[in-house]
Amino acid sequence: MASVQRSRRRFRRSIRTTGAAVAATVVALTALAGCSSTGGKRAEEAREQAASGKANVTTPRWKVAMVTHSGDGDTYWDIVQSGAKQAADKDNIEFLYSHDKEAGRQAQLVQTAIDKKVDGLIVTLAKPDAMKRVVKKAVKAGIPVITINSGQEVSQDFGALTHIGQDEVLAGEAVGRELNERGRKKAVCLIHEQGNVGHEQRCDGIEKTFDGKVKNLYVDGTNMPGVQSSVEAKLQSDKKVDAVVTLGAPFAATAAKAKENAGSEAEIDTFDLNDKVAAGLQDGTIGFAVDQQPYMQGYEAVDLLWLYRYNADMLGGGKPVLTGPQILTKKDAGKLAELTKRGTR
Amino acid sequence: MTAPARPGGQGAQDGSPLPEDPRPAAPAAVDERLVHRPLAVRLLRRPELGAVVGALALFVFFALVADSFLRPSSLSTVLYFSSTLGIMAVPVALLMIGGEFDLSTGVMVTSSALASSMFSYQMTANTWVGVGVSLLVTLAIGLFNGIMLTRTRLPSFIITLGTFLMLTGLNLGLTKLISGTVTTKSISDMEGFDSAKAVFASTLTLGGVDLQITIVWWLLLVAAATWILLRTSVGNWIFAVGGGVDAARAVGVPVARTKIGLYLGVAFAAWISGQHLLFNYDTVQSGEGVGNELIYIAAAVIGGCLLTGGYGSAVGAAVGALIFGMANKGIIYAQWDPDWFKFFLGAMLLLATLLNAWIRKRAEATR
Repeated sequence: MASVQRSRRRFRRSIRTTGAAVAATVVALTALAGCSSTGGKRAEEAREQAASGKANVTTPRWKVAMVTHSGDGDTYWDIVQSGAKQAADKDNIEFLYSHDKEAGRQAQLVQTAIDKKVDGLIVTLAKPDAMKRVVKKAVKAGIPVITINSGQEVSQDFGALTHIGQDEVLAGEAVGRELNERGRKKAVCLIHEQGNVGHEQRCDGIEKTFDGKVKNLYVDGTNMPGVQSSVEAKLQSDKKVDAVVTLGAPFAATAAKAKENAGSEAEIDTFDLNDKVAAGLQDGTIGFAVDQQPYMQGYEAVDLLWLYRYNADMLGGGKPVLTGPQILTKKDAGKLAELTKRGTR
Repeated sequence: MTAPARPGGQGAQDGSPLPEDPRPAAPAAVDERLVHRPLAVRLLRRPELGAVVGALALFVFFALVADSFLRPSSLSTVLYFSSTLGIMAVPVALLMIGGEFDLSTGVMVTSSALASSMFSYQMTANTWVGVGVSLLVTLAIGLFNGIMLTRTRLPSFIITLGTFLMLTGLNLGLTKLISGTVTTKSISDMEGFDSAKAVFASTLTLGGVDLQITIVWWLLLVAAATWILLRTSVGNWIFAVGGGVDAARAVGVPVARTKIGLYLGVAFAAWISGQHLLFNYDTVQSGEGVGNELIYIAAAVIGGCLLTGGYGSAVGAAVGALIFGMANKGIIYAQWDPDWFKFFLGAMLLLATLLNAWIRKRAEATR
C-alpha cells in the first residue's frame, strides 16, 4: 500500500515537473524565436480602416431574427451575417442570429424567435417541408418574414414578403454558358456534401447549358487531403477533363493544387468567393468564380424589413430579388482582393 | 476493458514479451516462450498478415479494372492519401492495443493546425514559433485525455467523446473570436513558412515520381511504433494494459503512465498531421476533421487490431490505411458511377476485412 502511494506521489510530481518544463519552453520559444517581419496581424492592422457602425435613423430599436440552415463554421454564412449586421447597425436594429443544419431544430429556432416577439424574421428554406408550419405560424403572428438564399419556389406560398437569393439552377446555367465561351469540352462538378439539393441543382444547371460533358465527383468536404487526392485521381484517370468546377470557395485552391500535381491542363472554376479565390483569379490559377453575393443577402434582408416596417415598401413588389449569379474573372480580381480580406465578399 | 482472457491478451498475464499466443498446453518442462518457431509460422501469426493479403488483393483488383491505377503518378496519389490517414492510424492502433479509444483525433488535427496558424498570425511571430506552441497545445490535449481517463476510470469512449465535442466547439468559437471569420488568415507570406513547409508539406522527386513528404513521416512513425511495441519494455506494458488492466497492475506495469503516454503519442501524430494541413493549404477551415476519427479507428481494425484491446500491430494499421486509401481512390480511377461511391467503398472495406479475418482464422488453425 505504501509503495502504491509512493509511486502515485512520484507520478504526481513527475506531472508537475513536466508542466513546469512545458511552461518554461513556451516562454523560451516566444522569447527566442522572435517575430516575423512580414505578414501577420501587424500587416492586417496596417491595412485596416475603421468602419463606423452608427445608426443613421430615428426609428425605434426593432428586433430582427435570422435563422439559417448553416452548419458550424461555414465561411459563407459568416459573410451573410456581416452584411446583416452592417444593415442592422445603420437601421438601429437589434440583430439576433441562430442556425442549425438539421431542419427540425431549425424550425424550433424559428419558434423561439416567434416567442421572443421579434419585429421581423429572416429565414432560409433549405428543407421547405420541415419549415412550412412554423413559418406560416410566424406570418399568422403578424411577423413580417423574408426568406433568403434557398426556398424561392415556396417563399410566396408560405406567406413571406419576398425572397432574396440566387436561383441555383440559373447559376449553374450561367457557369455552363461561361464554360462554352471558354471552349471547354469536359467538366467535373465537385460536390463536397453528398445529398445537398442545392449542390445537385448547380451541377444540373451546368449540364443544361454546357455543350460538353459533365461528370459529378463526390468528396468529403471535411477532409482536405482527401479532396485533393480525389481530384488528382480523377484528373489522372481521365486526361480529357479540361475544367473542374468546385461548389465552394475553399475547395478551389485545393483543386488547383491537385491539378498541378496531376500535371493536368484543366481550368479550375468555382462557385462562391474568398480571399484565396480572389488571389487565384489574379494569378490565373482560377479561371472564373460565380458569386451569389452573400453579403447582399444579409444586408438587403435586414434593410428591406426596415423599409417595410418604416414605409410598408417592398422591393420588386414581392417578386424574388436575385443576388446572383455574378461571374467574376481576372479583371475584377484587384478590387475583390481587398474586399474578401475584409470578410464582406 | 478489463475482461481478462482473450487470444492475444494472454501475453499480458504471463509476462510474455511478444504479442503471440502462448500455446494452450505446452509441455510442462520447456518454457513455451523459449521455443524457437520456424519463420513461416512466425509470419503466419503476425496480426497484420490478413491485412497485407487484403491489400494485395485490392491492389491486383484495381490494377485489372482501372487502367490508370498502375501509373507511378497515380500510385503516388494513393500513397499520399493513405499516408495522411496512416500517420494518425498508427498511434491510434497503439492506443487500441492498450485497450482505449480516442474519438477526438479527427478534430485534434484541426485544433493543432489552428493553434499553429493563429499563434503565428496574431503574434506576427515566425511560423516556427507557432509550430512549437501548437506542439505544446496538442500534447496538452493528449495529456488531458490521458489524465481524465486514468483519474476518473470512466470509459475512454465517453471521455474522448467529450473532448471531441469540446474541441469541435473550441475550434469554431476561438477561430471566430480571434480571426473574425471561420477560416484562419493565410500565413504564407510570413517568415519561416518556406522552411516549415519543406518539413511538413513538401514534395520529393524520386526517380521521376513526385512523392509527398507525409509518406516519409508515415514510414518513420510505423518504424518507431513497431520498435516500441516489439523491442522495448514499454511495448510489453502496452500489450499488458490492453490485455487486462488488473493483471498488468499485479505484475508491476505502470498502467496510468502507459495510458497517458499512449494519448500523448496520438497527440504527437495529430500535431504532425495538423502542421501538414496548415502548410499544405496555408489556411485552415475550422470545421474540418469531423468524422476522420472513425476512419483512423477503421484503418487500425482493418489492420488487425482488436476493438477489445491487447492485440494488433503498427504495420497492420499502416496497411489498413493503405487499404482504405486504395479503395477510396481506386473507385475514382475505375470511373465507377460516383453516386454509388460510398456503397462501393463500404463493400470494398467489408470484403477486405472479411478476407483478413478469414486468413487470421486459417493461420491460427494451422498451429
